[in-house]
Amino acid sequence: MINQLGNYSLYIALLISIFVISKTSLSLRKSSITLSGNIFSLISVQSIMVIISFLTLIYAFVTSDFSNETVYNNSHTTKPLFYKISGTWGNHEGSLLLWLLVLTIFLFIFTVESKNLSQRYRTLTLFFQQIIIFGFLLFILFTSNPFSNLFPIPNEGTGLNPILQDPALAIHPPILYLGYVGTSIIFSSALAAIISGSINKSWASHIKKWVLVSWVFLSIGILLGSIWAYYELGWGGFWFWDPVENVSLMPWLCLTALLHTIFTLEKRDIFHSWAVILSITTFSLSMSGTFLVRSGILNSIHTFANDPSRGVFILCFLFILIFLSILIYFFYQKTIKENLTKPYLISKETAVLLNNLFMMFFLSVVLIGTVYPIFLEVINNEKISIGPPFYHKLLIPFLIPFLFFMAIGPNIKWINDKIGKINFTQVSIFIISIIVSYFFVKKYGVSYLLSLPLFILSIFLFFITIKDFFGKKVNISQKISHFGFSLLILSILLNGVLSKEFSSNMKVGDERKFLNKTIKFESIKVIKEQNYQSLIGEFNIKDENNSLSLKPELRIYDQPQTITSEADISSTIFSDNFLVFNVLKNDGFYNVRYQIKPFMIWIWISVILISFGGLISLKKKNV
Amino acid sequence: MSKNIKLTSIVLIVLFSFFVLLKGLDKSNTYSPELSTTKIDFNFKAKDLFSDEEIFLDDLIKNDGMSLINIWASWCLPCRDEHAYLLNLKSLYKLNIVGINYKDSEINAKKFLKELGNPYTNIITDPKGINSIELGAFGVPETFLIDNNSKLIIKKFIGPLDDSTFNQLTKLIK
Repeated sequence: MINQLGNYSLYIALLISIFVISKTSLSLRKSSITLSGNIFSLISVQSIMVIISFLTLIYAFVTSDFSNETVYNNSHTTKPLFYKISGTWGNHEGSLLLWLLVLTIFLFIFTVESKNLSQRYRTLTLFFQQIIIFGFLLFILFTSNPFSNLFPIPNEGTGLNPILQDPALAIHPPILYLGYVGTSIIFSSALAAIISGSINKSWASHIKKWVLVSWVFLSIGILLGSIWAYYELGWGGFWFWDPVENVSLMPWLCLTALLHTIFTLEKRDIFHSWAVILSITTFSLSMSGTFLVRSGILNSIHTFANDPSRGVFILCFLFILIFLSILIYFFYQKTIKENLTKPYLISKETAVLLNNLFMMFFLSVVLIGTVYPIFLEVINNEKISIGPPFYHKLLIPFLIPFLFFMAIGPNIKWINDKIGKINFTQVSIFIISIIVSYFFVKKYGVSYLLSLPLFILSIFLFFITIKDFFGKKVNISQKISHFGFSLLILSILLNGVLSKEFSSNMKVGDERKFLNKTIKFESIKVIKEQNYQSLIGEFNIKDENNSLSLKPELRIYDQPQTITSEADISSTIFSDNFLVFNVLKNDGFYNVRYQIKPFMIWIWISVILISFGGLISLKKKNV
Repeated sequence: MSKNIKLTSIVLIVLFSFFVLLKGLDKSNTYSPELSTTKIDFNFKAKDLFSDEEIFLDDLIKNDGMSLINIWASWCLPCRDEHAYLLNLKSLYKLNIVGINYKDSEINAKKFLKELGNPYTNIITDPKGINSIELGAFGVPETFLIDNNSKLIIKKFIGPLDDSTFNQLTKLIK
C-alpha cells in the first residue's frame, strides 16, 4: 500500500515536470515572460511529492517491508536502525531517489532566493533544471523504480553490503550528492544567463553562493569517502587513485577553478566565457561521474547494479545535456559581452588565470588516467591498469610551480602590480624554507629527486599562509582555505615520507621485532553481535617508554555472508598507529599489518579547514 | 568560419566519446576465470631478478606436478593483498611458484619481497610487459595454474587471489 504512495507521488512529480517545461520553454523565444505564482506553487508541490516518496522509502526500510523489492534486496530485519535508514541510499534505486530529492529541493531554494533577479533568467534556469529533473524522473520510474512490488512477500531480506555499514559512509553519499547536485544549478543558471545575455558581475555574485555551497559539500563528501577508505578498507591509505575517487575529484578540481574565476568575474568583470565553460564542464563531470560509477563500466564498490539498459539511459541523457549546452553556448555566444581590456602581466587576474591553468592540467591528468583504460579496451581490446605511479609522475613536477604561485598569487594586487617591490619577508621566508627542507631531507634520507624542491615550496607556502593571517587585508575565508591547503600538502608529504609499515603472518602468542618496537599477538576472542560475529585480536606494541594496546577486528556478517576487517587505529596529533589483521585459511595464522602513519589526523583537519574557509565566505556579503 | 570548425570538432569529439562509452557498456567488467586449454608458448628467455642470468621460462616449469605463474609488480596494490596467499601456497603445498615481475624497477621489486616475504621459486623480469601480454595477461596481478607435463593452463585467475580463489586453487592442487 505504502509503496503505491511513493510510486504515485513520483508520477505526479513527472506530470508537473512536463507541464513546467512546456510553460517555461516559451521564454526561450519571448524575452518578456513573467514567472507566475502558479509555476512557483507547482514547484513546491513537486518538491513535496519527491519528499513524500523519499520518506515512503525510508519508512519501508525502517519497517522492513519486504514487499518492496529494493528493501528486500538491501535490508534485513536484524540490521540496526541507523543502517536501515542509511540503507535507503545504500543502493542504486534509493541513491537515485536521493539525487532527485536534492535536485528538487535545490530548485525550490533557488526559486525562493532569486526573487530579486530578472524574470527571464529565473524562468530559464527553471526550464533547464526541470529538464534535468525530468530526465532523472524518467530514469527512476522506468529503469530503476525503488517501489517495485514483490509477491509473494518474502520473510527476510538479503541484507546491506557490510562494507557499507559504517557511519562515515552512511552520510558520505548525501553530502557528496549535495555537492554534485549543486553543480546542476550552476549549469542551468549559466545556460539561462547566456541566453538572457546576463553574464555579468551581478550574475557572478548570485551564482557565487551556489558555487561555494557545492564546493564545500563536495570537499566534505570526498573527505568522508577518504576517511571511510582509511578505516574500513584496511589498506592504510586514504587516497588510491581509484577510478571512483577520481570521478569525485574531477568536478572538485573544475569547481575550484570556477570558484576563483567567479570571484574574479565579480570583482573585475572579466573571464565571462570562461566562467560559462567551466560551469558547463563541472556539471558534465558530475554527471559523467554518476554514469561511470553507476553503469558498471568501472568496477567498484559503488557499482550497485550491472544492468546495461541503465547505463545506456544515463549515457544518452548525459550526452543530450552536453550537446544541448554546446549548442546553446555556440548559438548565444554573441550575447556574452566580453570585457576586452587585457589584464596586466603582474596582477591578481594573471594569478587566477594561472590557478585555472594548473587546475585544468590536474583535471586532464586525472581524466585521462580514468578514461583511457576504458577507451583502450573498447578500441584496442587491451587491458591496462593505471596506478598511482602514473599520477605521481605527472602531477608532482607541476605541483612545485603550483605551490609557488599559490604562495605569491594572493598577495598580488588587482589590475596592475609591480614586480620591482620584491617583498623582503617573502624572500627571507623562502630562505628559511630552503634551510629547513635541506636539513629535513638530509636527516630522513629522502631519495626522490623532486623531494627537495617539493619540500621547500610546501614549507614556503605553509609559512606564507601563516604570515598572511597577520596581514592587513581582511579576506579571512581565503586565508583559512589556503592555509588549509598548504597544511594538506605538507601533511601528505610528511605522511608519505615518514610512514613505516610492518607485515607478517602471526599466531596467538607470537612476538615480532619492528624498528625499536616489539609487537605481540596476545589473544583473540569471539563475540556475537546483532548481525555479525566478531573476532577481536589483541595486540600489544611496546617500545622503551610506553606500550600501546590495539584491538583490530574481523567481522563475519551473516546477511549477506561477508568478512570485513576493521582496523584499530590509535591517533595522536603526531601520528597514527594502524593495525589490521586478516584471517589466513589455516593453523590459526593471521596476516598482521602494522603501520605508523605520521600526521594522518592533519590531513583530515586540513580538508575541514579548506571547507570551513568556503563556509565563512558564504556568510559574508562581499568577499 | 573558425567558429564552425570549433563547433564541429567539439561535436565530433563528444560523439566519438559517446560511441566508445556506449560500446564499453557491452564489455563485461567482471571476469570469470575460465578453463582454458590453449597451449601457450613458454619457451622464451628472460632475465632472472636475483641472478641477472638469462633463463628460459620453460626450464622453470618442467618436473612433474603443477606450477603457478604469478604476474606481479611492486606498484600494484592488489598484489600486496594477494601476497599472503602466495606465501601460504608456498609454505603449505610446496608449490612451484614462478613470478613474472611486470613493468617494475628491480630495486622496488626487491624491496617489496624483502618486506612481505618471497614465495617464488624463481622470478623473471618483464620490464616492458611484452612477455606477460604474450602469455595472455591483461595486467597485474594475474595467476595461472599450469600442468608441468602438458604445459596446459589449468586455470587462470585474473585479479588478486582471495579466499574463494584460494580455495579453488588448493582443491586443484591436491
